[in-house]
Amino acid sequence: MFAEFVKRYQSWHDRNQDIAALPWLLFVVLAIMTVATGGRFLRAHNITNLLAQMPELGLLSLAMMVPMVTAGINLSIISSANLTAVIMALFLKGVFPQGAGGGTTIIIIVGAIALGMIVSIVLGLLNGFLVGYVEVPAVLTTLGTMILYEGITLAITRGFVISSMPEAYLLIGNARILGLPIHMIIFLVVALVMAIIFHRRPYGRHLFFVGSNPTATAYSGVNVRRVLLKTYVISSVLAGIAAVVMLARFNSANARQGSSLLLSTVLICMLGGTDPFGGFGKVLGLVMAMVILQAVTNGLNLLGVRSFATVAIWGAMLVGVIAYRYYQHQKWERKRKQLQRARMQQ
Amino acid sequence: MKFCPAPTPRLRYWRNSTLHNRKTSRRNVISRAFTRSETYLFIILFVLVAVVSIISPRFFTARNALQILRTSAFTGILSIGFLFVLIQGGLDISFTATATVAQYLMALALVSKGNVPILVVLLIPIAVGMLLGSVNAVLIHRLKAPSIIVAIANLNIYYGVLQIISGGTWIYNFPDWFDRVGKGFVFAFVDENGATFGLSYLTLIWIAVAIVAVVVLRYTKLGRHLFALGGNIEAARRSGLSLFRLRLFAYSFLGLLAGLAGIVQALDTQTVAPNALVGREFDVVAAVVLGGANIFGGAGSVGGTLLGVLLITVITNALTLLRIPAYWHQVFIGAVVLASISVTSLRALLARRKERIIDVR
Repeated sequence: MFAEFVKRYQSWHDRNQDIAALPWLLFVVLAIMTVATGGRFLRAHNITNLLAQMPELGLLSLAMMVPMVTAGINLSIISSANLTAVIMALFLKGVFPQGAGGGTTIIIIVGAIALGMIVSIVLGLLNGFLVGYVEVPAVLTTLGTMILYEGITLAITRGFVISSMPEAYLLIGNARILGLPIHMIIFLVVALVMAIIFHRRPYGRHLFFVGSNPTATAYSGVNVRRVLLKTYVISSVLAGIAAVVMLARFNSANARQGSSLLLSTVLICMLGGTDPFGGFGKVLGLVMAMVILQAVTNGLNLLGVRSFATVAIWGAMLVGVIAYRYYQHQKWERKRKQLQRARMQQ
Repeated sequence: MKFCPAPTPRLRYWRNSTLHNRKTSRRNVISRAFTRSETYLFIILFVLVAVVSIISPRFFTARNALQILRTSAFTGILSIGFLFVLIQGGLDISFTATATVAQYLMALALVSKGNVPILVVLLIPIAVGMLLGSVNAVLIHRLKAPSIIVAIANLNIYYGVLQIISGGTWIYNFPDWFDRVGKGFVFAFVDENGATFGLSYLTLIWIAVAIVAVVVLRYTKLGRHLFALGGNIEAARRSGLSLFRLRLFAYSFLGLLAGLAGIVQALDTQTVAPNALVGREFDVVAAVVLGGANIFGGAGSVGGTLLGVLLITVITNALTLLRIPAYWHQVFIGAVVLASISVTSLRALLARRKERIIDVR
């Protein structure tokens, strides 16, 4: 039984070398935080707190990961999520009748979510068209759309915060089904779907091909432009789903919400084994990385570290992760060359 | 290490070189002018100024023009630094954080009671800027990471650490000489209402930086090497250029100019706040991209960048004069950036279709 488990782990470890260290890291982080906070970290109240912030961070990190696998990046996820959230909030506040019945409520909420999805698809199409068809570098495209989307949101809201959504909508943020919060279920379902798309569908394969060598992919008959267009639409839709969750959890929307999340999404992707030069990335790694980062943030919070310090620590962690990945790659290169040399001598 | 997978239009460097254009007739000069983005930019700027002047008579005055030159000095200085980094093929948006850290340390020295000599006060931000810039260069070069990711990390580290140290406190009440330089003019005029206006010292600093940049980029080996590195990194490596030294120069030059821009901004507003410059990097990116610098690296000019800065400032100034609410400004900036990068990319795309490039790797 135990030997079987060890064998299985060994095989998983060999197949997933880039994320094999993460479970151990998670364990170490949890242990350190529990000891440092004197057990406060493991209390039920804190665990709920820890889980509550995960869905939006996870959804946004997935939105960052999809273009990163194609060697791009999407800097506009936060501003596109804010724009979606603001439009949904305005729709909900504008259309919602006082004392409406159950049927109308559901229709309106579904309508708001549908509107949000349409908005995020449009925002994603602009990114995808520019990156795929006009061949603008992804960094600059999304930097430009980030400015533009934030500007549009500012213009719509005139810099104000839109708050107090209908009660029924807030259920997405705090109701539970079978003990699990609804937003957690949304995240788990989306992560599962993304894992299937990434690792089991032809489109997912194409995504990785484009990331490792776009020219070769084009010559092997894949429509690279279509793949890139789809990539940015998917990324934007994921940001839109994050907007649905955020609107329900914060009960408000504005133009500059969560601007520090951009750093954490990049950090989570890099820690989770996604290669910013494209071609590698795993949803499982991303989820583990997210839990690790969330545990660190939450633990620091319990220890009374201020939020600015947390941001600085995130930045330092990102540099650390980049360094770690670099040296890991170098180690693999050396191993590969040794093997090659050994084979040559035979 | 290039972050973007798209191939670079390598022929451009040769097309603009003097060797190629030696036998040009007068007609060619005009037709050649229309292949340069600076010409289009100048025409757009000219039309924009004309239109706004007709709508609002307050716009086309020497006073407003000099005011525009004064307010855009900060963006202008940073744009030139950013241009250097863009030319060698990187993207570093952490310069506002660098500028904030640099100017905050300078402000601490200014208001301290120890009577720090003026020279030291001015050297602090420049040294700090160069130091932080070289940290970026070392990380980007040594760890072979995309420059934008390192920049995002460092941006947050610098801002975070500064917020912890400063506790968010604003610094003001600077010494008299600092105030005099900030409000002073090189050539002063008095208009009919008795108010003085003129060429500000801030504009003078900007012009000096621009001249240095032109000399470095066009007339030194170092400048040509930067173009070579951005144009084709593999060719640059094989011809024996030290990639590390070039990167170190580009990023620390951006840091140096960020420090200088920090001084200029403090002179302009006479206050230093740890969060005053958050988000200002987009104006700089907009200006440089608009100025026709090649977004893939390897091409760009100081003249274009200056025109880009002026265009951005004139648009903002015109929007204010036309009484368009301030929260619409960012929409315009975003649209202008997207339009200009799309046009640059489209032109590169069409050029690639026309020319066959044999790329031996």
